[in-house]
Amino acid sequence: MKARVYVMLKTGVLDPQGEAVRHALGTLGFAGVEGVRQGKVIELDLADGTSEAVIAQMCDKLLANTVIESYRIEVL
Amino acid sequence: MRAAVVVFPGSNCDRDMAVALRAAGADVSMVWHKDASLPDAVDLVAIPGGFSFGDYLRCGAIAAQSPICRAVVAHAERGGYVLGVCNGFQVLTETGLLPGALMRNSGLKFICKTVDLTVETANSAFTAGYQAGQAMRLPVAHHDGNYTVDPAILDRMQGDDRIAFRYATPLNGSVADIAGVLSENRRVLGMMPHPERAVDAGHGGTDGQALFRELVGQVVQA
Repeated sequence: MKARVYVMLKTGVLDPQGEAVRHALGTLGFAGVEGVRQGKVIELDLADGTSEAVIAQMCDKLLANTVIESYRIEVL
Repeated sequence: MRAAVVVFPGSNCDRDMAVALRAAGADVSMVWHKDASLPDAVDLVAIPGGFSFGDYLRCGAIAAQSPICRAVVAHAERGGYVLGVCNGFQVLTETGLLPGALMRNSGLKFICKTVDLTVETANSAFTAGYQAGQAMRLPVAHHDGNYTVDPAILDRMQGDDRIAFRYATPLNGSVADIAGVLSENRRVLGMMPHPERAVDAGHGGTDGQALFRELVGQVVQA
């Protein structure tokens, strides 16, 4: 089985990289880009039957820093 | 005083740290990240700067899960001293020994220069050689030194006098210009500036000497 983990900075945590991307899009002439948030996608190849609870533990312990990041798990 | 300097793949300030500690009189051994235990009777563990594990995933995230870091956490929980500089500070926040996190610098650039700092508290073995409010200069060299922490925790830390150093002028987006913080028991210090690069007049400054001198001196007495 495969799972995909989306890690994003929490709402309210300033994302300097997202801001830089937003600014660059404006420079390229794209009007109306009001905000950009940058995150990461992690794809996991897992033994069949791995529970979502175990994947959540992986996220809490390593894949995300829950001080500043939130995550969403998608089992494929 | 017995000190151990942790070496990860990608550490690059480990030898400078050992030199600074030895110059202050510490008996220093180097420990490899795969070691599961620290040398006997270690008083201080120093986690040096660098790019442990290539900064993969997040700075310090992989190092924080290494076997030696479990021993470092146990050492801190027993009341042992821990100093984390630069990448070492990032590792300490990732282990949870210090609150908050270090994000990409707000200006997105790697900052490598000597900066003006203010010592915020003399109340720790690390900062007892300075006076609160004292100005000092130390080198910084980091891409991810933008300290962030939950506002409620920040209030509590400021109330408990746990901010060790601040940048004299805004540098990297850090909340409240924080450059270094102490743990609740004041025995774990994480800081982005490099005191170990400021212990020899021939290398451009000696403002870091007092940190190592007091730390070694105080811990020997303890």
